[in-house]
Amino acid sequence: MKFTLNGKATEVNASPAARLLDVLREDCGLTGTKEGCGEGECGACSVLIDGEVVCSCLVPFAQADNAEVLTIEGLNGTHPLQKLFMDEVGAQCGICTPGMIIAAMTLGEKPTLDEVKVALAGNLCRCTGYSAIYRAIMKWRGMPLPDESSSAVTA
Amino acid sequence: MKAIGKSVSRKDGIGKATGGAKYADDITFPGMIHGRTIRSTIPCGRVKSIKYDFDTTGFTICDYRDVPSKNIVDLIEKDQPFLVETEVKHMAEPIVLLAHEDKEKLHAAKVIIEYEEETPVFDPEKSTLSFKDIDIIKGDVAKALASADVIVEGTYRTGHQEHVYIETNGLIAVPEEGGYALYGSLQCPFYVIKALRCLMGSAHPNIRVIQTETGGGFGGKEEYPSMIAGHALMLAHKSGRPVKIIYDRVEDMIATTKRHPAIVKHRTGLKKDGTLVAMDIEVILDGGAYVTLTPTVLSRGCIHAAGPYRCDNVRIRGHGMFTNTPPNGAFRGFGAPQTEFAVEVHMERIAEQLKLDPVELRRKNALRAGDLTATGQTLREDTSALMVLDEAVRRTDFSRKRKEYKGTNRAIGLALFFHGAGFTGAGERNLKSKARIDLTETGVRIAVGSTEIGQGTRTMHAQIVTEALGIPYETVEVAQPDTSRVADSGPTVASRTCMVVGKILEECAEEMKEKLGGMSPADYFKKNGPLSIERMYEPPDWIIWDDKTYLGDAYATYGWGCDVIELELDPYTFEVKPIKMTAVQEFGRPIHPALARGQIEGGTAQGLGYALLENVVMRNGVMANAQLTNYVIPTTLDMPELDIVMMENPYPGGPFGAKGLGELPMDGPGPAVVNALRQLGCDVREIPATPEHIASCPKMNGSYA
Repeated sequence: MKFTLNGKATEVNASPAARLLDVLREDCGLTGTKEGCGEGECGACSVLIDGEVVCSCLVPFAQADNAEVLTIEGLNGTHPLQKLFMDEVGAQCGICTPGMIIAAMTLGEKPTLDEVKVALAGNLCRCTGYSAIYRAIMKWRGMPLPDESSSAVTA
Repeated sequence: MKAIGKSVSRKDGIGKATGGAKYADDITFPGMIHGRTIRSTIPCGRVKSIKYDFDTTGFTICDYRDVPSKNIVDLIEKDQPFLVETEVKHMAEPIVLLAHEDKEKLHAAKVIIEYEEETPVFDPEKSTLSFKDIDIIKGDVAKALASADVIVEGTYRTGHQEHVYIETNGLIAVPEEGGYALYGSLQCPFYVIKALRCLMGSAHPNIRVIQTETGGGFGGKEEYPSMIAGHALMLAHKSGRPVKIIYDRVEDMIATTKRHPAIVKHRTGLKKDGTLVAMDIEVILDGGAYVTLTPTVLSRGCIHAAGPYRCDNVRIRGHGMFTNTPPNGAFRGFGAPQTEFAVEVHMERIAEQLKLDPVELRRKNALRAGDLTATGQTLREDTSALMVLDEAVRRTDFSRKRKEYKGTNRAIGLALFFHGAGFTGAGERNLKSKARIDLTETGVRIAVGSTEIGQGTRTMHAQIVTEALGIPYETVEVAQPDTSRVADSGPTVASRTCMVVGKILEECAEEMKEKLGGMSPADYFKKNGPLSIERMYEPPDWIIWDDKTYLGDAYATYGWGCDVIELELDPYTFEVKPIKMTAVQEFGRPIHPALARGQIEGGTAQGLGYALLENVVMRNGVMANAQLTNYVIPTTLDMPELDIVMMENPYPGGPFGAKGLGELPMDGPGPAVVNALRQLGCDVREIPATPEHIASCPKMNGSYA
């Protein structure tokens, strides 16, 4: 089957019923897309198909036929949001991070905090409580965050 | 200060954000095959027969007879087998292992097991077998209760909680020259190696355990990875090939450990003005079918059971009970979230019954420097209960809001809590943790078994060494934990990785600095060659602890916290919407403020899930909702606004004044939420406070809004 993977024309000989997640990880060797639950609840396997975010664990490979698929590897490690996720500690253990960043790619130029929350509502993070993820994304988009004080007060 | 107190760039590098970081399931080895665990489908009984109902050609199959040495997962007690011999004690207990190179064939293989069933025990209060009993006695509770003006009683319950690290458990066993290497997602490589030595015996001395990038732990990868490592190793030993075992989410949820459910009973004597005179507390934990870590979870639970309060007469009895359920184990907080939930809701009920201001009641009784804890420990200057309480109350305008919200469906509630850092009592002395720093051609390398599981171990340790050695942060490397190459710095648990292991590293760095005599690490290396400094942890010499009486200095120091939550209750659906959580926490001082803040934010989120959402439904001794579809953890839309306040009160025995932090944030959200719900007239005494549970609670003072 032919599709565009991270901007490159790609042909993979796999069953059309195979999970896109397995094709990406096993046939294409792109292990940045993670499996967290296998039932579309956690979003760790998020990729974009023709610009729409999907859980690749729920998508049969057939659906990628002739489509454009973007995985975390497609950002080439140079996307500013990738660095911001590390600097702002939006990534702790990091297993949800590729999916989070892919989901964030669907955001508009000037997202509100509520829009960010809705865009990421299908992506579970167990480490951060999400606040640091918001900080990374809002900084990337140059948007202010609501007044948050995190003062160190000395006894 | 060059590095301490600064949010320097992390040692993880960019890999976690690019997908380049390699977790267990991302790694393959030539010739690797896949392993699968066949588990019991009854909670109690005996195996009568096992039938392999598939073409076994090309399969590697192991049962207990393939154990090379001892069929024991060596931890505190030696009671848990790697594979069932005949007696089944819980659902999802491993019986047979299969391996095959083709995953489809592996999962299609059918194993039919016949059992002779016996009657299981699921209720810890009806169980007759206790794994551990604790009795802490301070003063004379009976006498003090008899002289009290008022007695308030109550029973409080907390449920199981599932860790839901987003990376499920996974291990790979690889035959290598003269032995085996185990790669995996784990917190405690030296726990795994201990268990594997017992499994393999002295005929196989060359085994090493290497931690791969780990997608979350929270205690859930403290003890169970030893079991999976043993299974992978048995299959690799028999097949001669690398064997990978990755649990899917359902298997991870039904088979691996959870937070111990608890029943906590309080009987408290007070003066009319609210002064505590006697606290009689009983703690019952559901341990599950094997001892695993229940004695130590019970221990920490009991020691925290009287809360951050002073009282001259305290009795705390604890029982860790056997049930025919998968063993419960380590989970962030380790018994304290359960018992501190109970005491904080109980304090709220005391305030209600005595018609006292809940803040004043806590202020009157809060532990201060010089006070004695329940175990008779004299608290030092690094005691901050009043400081965090006053800051939280001031910042949230608590007292005004509490009045203002009366008669609405909005409420505000608070919880005051504390958490001991490091192993309990003589634990750190017995553990004898070591840390090592090696000189390299360009700087130094930290060589410890402490694991990075997201919390920032690598970065925080590198900051401590940078500061103590006075060299550039970029020249400090952190070795991947490999039991054959790093010092055994003890398990990555108990809020000890910064305070205890960080302290040893600080001392190693100081000693190395002296040896360098003013030279840079690179110059010294060029002139004199390699240099390694290894040191062992020395707890403060004033720590005295008696394991028999449970009296003495339970922890070298404590972190302190006060959480205030504002929430709304839907009067028709009983759904709770958290609006704002203020978490004021004192943990010495932050080494890396952004990482420390992340610990508080993430721990608070887990605590809110524990309080409101995370309901493990047990049916016939096994989790019935073992999917993320119906075991729900907080999403972006469930989280309130967080206001995080980090207060400082340095602990002189920690590196640059730092205490432990990881577990503290888990203790407050449960009781804060329930204490807010109580303001709305719901007599809740149990978590998770799901809408169904709240609807079943009696109403107090009329209506919900």
